[in-house]
Amino acid sequence: MEKRYFNPKIELISKEELRALQFKKLKRLLNKVYKKVPHYRKKFEEAGVKPSDLKTLEDIRHFPFTTKEDLFVDYPFGLLSEPLEKVVRLHTSSGTTGKPKALFFSKKDVMAQAELIARSLVMSGATSKDILQNSMTYGLFTGALVMHYGAELLGMLVIPAGPGNTERQIELMRTFGTTCIHMTPSYALYVASVIQEKGLKPGVDLKLKRAYLGAEPYTEETRRKIEEMLKIEVFNCYGLSEMGGPGVGFECPAKKGLHIWEDAFLVEIVNPENGEPVKPGEIGELVLTSLNREAMPLIRYRTRDLTHFILEPCSCGRTHVRIARILGRADDMFIVRGVNIFPQQIEAVLMGIKGVAQNYQIILEGYDEMIVKVEIDRDFFDGRIERLLKLKEEITEKLRQAIQVRPKVELVEPGTLPVSEGKAKRVIDKRTL
Amino acid sequence: MEAVPVLSIFAENKPGKLEKITEVLASEGINILGFSIISVKDFGVIKFLVDKPEKAYQKFKEKGFTVAKILCLGVELEDRPGGLYEIVKLISSKGINIESALVYVAETRKKAYFVFEVENLEEAWQKLKNEKVNFLKASDFINE
Repeated sequence: MEKRYFNPKIELISKEELRALQFKKLKRLLNKVYKKVPHYRKKFEEAGVKPSDLKTLEDIRHFPFTTKEDLFVDYPFGLLSEPLEKVVRLHTSSGTTGKPKALFFSKKDVMAQAELIARSLVMSGATSKDILQNSMTYGLFTGALVMHYGAELLGMLVIPAGPGNTERQIELMRTFGTTCIHMTPSYALYVASVIQEKGLKPGVDLKLKRAYLGAEPYTEETRRKIEEMLKIEVFNCYGLSEMGGPGVGFECPAKKGLHIWEDAFLVEIVNPENGEPVKPGEIGELVLTSLNREAMPLIRYRTRDLTHFILEPCSCGRTHVRIARILGRADDMFIVRGVNIFPQQIEAVLMGIKGVAQNYQIILEGYDEMIVKVEIDRDFFDGRIERLLKLKEEITEKLRQAIQVRPKVELVEPGTLPVSEGKAKRVIDKRTL
Repeated sequence: MEAVPVLSIFAENKPGKLEKITEVLASEGINILGFSIISVKDFGVIKFLVDKPEKAYQKFKEKGFTVAKILCLGVELEDRPGGLYEIVKLISSKGINIESALVYVAETRKKAYFVFEVENLEEAWQKLKNEKVNFLKASDFINE
């Protein structure tokens, strides 16, 4: 396969040069925020560190973390390290309660993030001949706009479709010959099922080649399912508004983990309990420092996303570090009968079982009862109840093995569980303890 | 082989479910000749012998129901005490296990059939085909 790079000098940089570059940028960044952002100065002083204490890259561990809570100090402009007149863009990221996080970007920031996207798109095999249907939400959310700018920088034709209205999405794909789509995985599954129901043939009625799916965690099985349904390649992409949106982590054709552009981010993985670095390859919370950000840089930001490093060199030639797909949000975790469980564990089991459709729901109720509602696959049903009973038993047993808790499994008709066109709501906690 | 098609529909155990299913048949002018309901707590399977099985199957599919066609054997019952007993005894004497069954009354007080589902249709047919019983033929009741 031909290897193409958007910015080969940076993408293929040697590890030593990359570390030197990161050190230089980090040093400058720490000096800048210490001088210009009172909140950072206060935090550094409380931790007893000064920018001059950074002698090597590893010394970063002595500097304090930035958490979601810090974003609300002197809200909304408190963490700006440039005057407001240099800011050209606001994005927000909604929390579950209260005010949204407010993130600001300078003109340089907007273009720098666009370059990361352009690099990532080229990495996936896309060129300026491709047509991208951007079905993320346009607006305060970073997902759509940031991808939009990056795809334009590469020279793709961008269809700013936005999410929802599945009939229109499919119509756009057919009319304009969309080759790439950008959406959430749960919506992609839904769109794929509608395409199947309509009897449209991928490759004949549709020209889709690639999907960039992100904004919510999903499993390898879900990826395969979407790839099979639409006869496309699915690339996992990861981002968060605090770090500029999509383009933070992106898969290359090896599809073994997501590269994080290390000239733009300093990447750490720490134990979510105590903040100490985990051993190489161990699961922990992703911590990012935005090395290039001009308007509102964040130092050691706790993403709450769980992942681990993939340590082997990548066959694509890029030297930038890889992380595993996001295994869960530290906040998604729920506890049943004393066991920590992530929805992704349930999903991984279900997607590996024949006879199960794409939707499921976890309901917690009563005294720590866990009910898993599973849609059966329409084609799996052969009219016999015995087969359904066996399926139910298989699901129950495989879930018990995976999570150490025996759930009550309920089989439901395909298409009856809610499909959210956006972040999927999988867990409903009705427990009153 | 004299096998007859029976429609089987997967249904969650919820109020109004059977109503929705039978509404499809009613609005399409499809006659129900026999039916059975098996329920296991949270879900069940409803089976129908109808006069227009192909049309019913298509309509159920179109309306988003989870439906399958299964082939069953139908044997005529005599309308007298012990009628069902003798048929069931014959079936079990051949080592055939009945998975599910329904009754089709072809002519009130005159002619009825025991329509049953087995795990291995071919094998059951081979064991029963030479018995002195009347098998229900698809052409006896299908009208489409």
